[in-house]
Amino acid sequence: MNQTARIISTYTADVSGVCSALFELGGMSVIHDASGCNSTYNTHDEPRWYDYDSMVFLSGISEMEAIMGDDEKLIQDIISATEQLSPKFVAIAGTPIPMMIGTDFRAIASVIEKQTGIPAFGLATNGMHTYVQGISIALEALAKKFVINPVEKTKNLSVNLLGVTPLDFSINNSVQHMREILENNQIQVISCWSMGDNLEQLQLAPSASLNLVVSYAGLGVAKYLKTKFNMPYLIARPYGKKFTSEIIRKIKNFANVKNPVLFQENRLQNAKIITIGEGVSTGSLAKALELETGKAVKSVIATEFEQTMLAHNDIIARDESELIPILKQAEIIIADPLYQPICPKSSKFIPLGHEGFSGRIYHDVMPDMTDNLDWILNQL
Amino acid sequence: MLKRLGQELDNTNAMLLLKHANFPNPFKTELEYSCSARGTWNIVHTGFLMPEAHEIYVCAAGCLRGVVLTAAEMQASERFSTIEIREENVLNGDMGELLINGVSDILEQLPYRPKAVQIFTSCIHHFIGCDLKLCYQTLRKKYPAIDFTDCYMNPIMRKSGLAPDPTMRRQLYSLLHKRPQDSKKINIIGNNIATKKNSELYQLAESAGYQVTEIHDCKNYQEYQEMASATANICYHASGKPAGEMLLKKLNQKLLYLPLSYSYGEIQYWLTIYATYLNIMLPDWSEQIALCEDKIKQVKNLIGDTPIAIDSSATMRPLGLARFLLEHKLNICKIYADSFSQEEKQDFYWLQENYPDLQLFSISQIKMRMLPRESKSKIIAIGQKAAYFLNTPYFINIVENGGLWGFSGIINLLELLEEAFLTEKDTKKLVQIKGLGCGKI
Repeated sequence: MNQTARIISTYTADVSGVCSALFELGGMSVIHDASGCNSTYNTHDEPRWYDYDSMVFLSGISEMEAIMGDDEKLIQDIISATEQLSPKFVAIAGTPIPMMIGTDFRAIASVIEKQTGIPAFGLATNGMHTYVQGISIALEALAKKFVINPVEKTKNLSVNLLGVTPLDFSINNSVQHMREILENNQIQVISCWSMGDNLEQLQLAPSASLNLVVSYAGLGVAKYLKTKFNMPYLIARPYGKKFTSEIIRKIKNFANVKNPVLFQENRLQNAKIITIGEGVSTGSLAKALELETGKAVKSVIATEFEQTMLAHNDIIARDESELIPILKQAEIIIADPLYQPICPKSSKFIPLGHEGFSGRIYHDVMPDMTDNLDWILNQL
Repeated sequence: MLKRLGQELDNTNAMLLLKHANFPNPFKTELEYSCSARGTWNIVHTGFLMPEAHEIYVCAAGCLRGVVLTAAEMQASERFSTIEIREENVLNGDMGELLINGVSDILEQLPYRPKAVQIFTSCIHHFIGCDLKLCYQTLRKKYPAIDFTDCYMNPIMRKSGLAPDPTMRRQLYSLLHKRPQDSKKINIIGNNIATKKNSELYQLAESAGYQVTEIHDCKNYQEYQEMASATANICYHASGKPAGEMLLKKLNQKLLYLPLSYSYGEIQYWLTIYATYLNIMLPDWSEQIALCEDKIKQVKNLIGDTPIAIDSSATMRPLGLARFLLEHKLNICKIYADSFSQEEKQDFYWLQENYPDLQLFSISQIKMRMLPRESKSKIIAIGQKAAYFLNTPYFINIVENGGLWGFSGIINLLELLEEAFLTEKDTKKLVQIKGLGCGKI
């Protein structure tokens, strides 16, 4: 049945996605939870935790506070924390119990902002969606709070990278590499949402020529920037030499691009190779592999995604019971090692670690493939 | 190298001098920080101590994430399954149905039939008023050959009632079925870390012809069930005591609570109770005490006045250990703990009187996230958290006192202190490993 997993893992939850998205920006993220979410986040979902002193804390809500609907304790604890640590902003994210008791995060954030003068926003996560949704709502809320005024456009072609966290990009230098490749091709990177840049850099986002949405989590903020500043966007993650070159060509010619979903078009038929993962990453990987090998590749999207963005081969499937029959059709499966137990023994399995699925376990099989797919091509 | 995102801070609220601290909760409870030292066990690790048992968690995805990956890191995913609660289940109120159908579905898919199944329900079940009794009745009827037990991942109860950790330690023994007792069998219960076999708890009993069993020794479910034939359970961890009380009620096994101590007098007191139970002559412990004294003199000669910090993940009695080492002229400079057990009361007041300027640091206070993690000179940490906060490679890598107890335990701990002084460890790598010593169980 759906919702059961005999053996496979679970994707990072929305609340961790929020913390991951805001991690490097000098704000304070508060997880409104009894216990567990904070240690799960910093053990399995946040590879930067040991080496950065980012402010991510837990409210430690108790049974009585939940029963009595006592938001005052949370508010006072956050105000006390802001007095001690002076964050640039406060983000408050929810978990299952606050959802069940109907905690009004927007109202709590409003009270905190009023009392402290520090920008605050509440995010109604509940631990029942994946990190993709959490990152998405966090980045969108951040933009609505801090990216309000137009900024003079750059003279040169420039982009913002939207939807970047270690949950999809790990800490294997792929983000830096992606920036370098774009800049070596005369495309200035104004801001990266949100690894490697601070809040002030993110506020310069409207000065870019366009946005490159590199994970589905970046689409929400792209739509906001489109509405607010009429900024166009393209959707693709750079993978491999050929697809990355194609993305660069499209950026340079963005005014003439009809379909912003760059991995969707001209896909091959009759796929026997399957990739599993986050929508934009796995779709882009499938497209990149098709360009490199001439063989059709099906991407199976296991996190939140839009049907309209699927290529004709692709499918959204999350539960073990949905995935098993799909995987039976594959000759080659490229996926996180924690999927291997449900893959048919007759298929060839190529491990490709995904921080958002297996956390820190498989860092040794999370290569930077921004302009080079040899890791996979050598195993095909 | 720590990358600073914030500003430099003073340590107000995160550090107290002992003379200003209150017992047993010296720090204000506010927002909490969770540090990177991960060696303490969680409910997944503890549950896997039951041989041939399968764990099934019924929770929201966010709650499943940590436990799924705990099992994966233990390479024990084949003994672990999940049922994901989604928004529609909360809205529809079909939690009982989801639990019963989900567990049934998993059992039908498993390539083996487990002897026992631990079902972990969550805060959501607690709040929604799910009829768990009915769920278990249904499952027991449907699968009569499987022992089901109720386990809980409900951290909302952390500050009221029995907390999840002692609850799990109790439920670990809840499937023992009554059987005839053997007067020459006793168990040690309630520990995540196996007791060292050189401990007086083993030596004394075995010299009197007793068989001592700890759950870590049980290779299969049958051996686990044989623990029900013991006449008494020894427990020395306060969190294990509810397990002993449950077994006293359920199986009429006597509970011998002999708490961990570093005081010669206390250890002798507990051993007297133990010897009385075993019905043996009380040995003369002067030789063991002399060995402890010799050892601590050796340690003092080796490490001199090198400062030492102790944290509460290393031992259930950080204050007792600090007192013992200070009484022997070792230089204890810092203690890391958020609260203390009642067993620490006397040691707290003794230290407050005799070492009022001893520094007491919180582990979870928010400033601990931002304060510099460094030590100006060589410092030894007893425990991972102290090692992490001081960023020292000289540390004793243990949790729950490493299974050490009694005079032998003191000597072993002092040996570890010598080793910590002499040998650098890879702190960053070691402290981040979850469930120290759990291995692939």
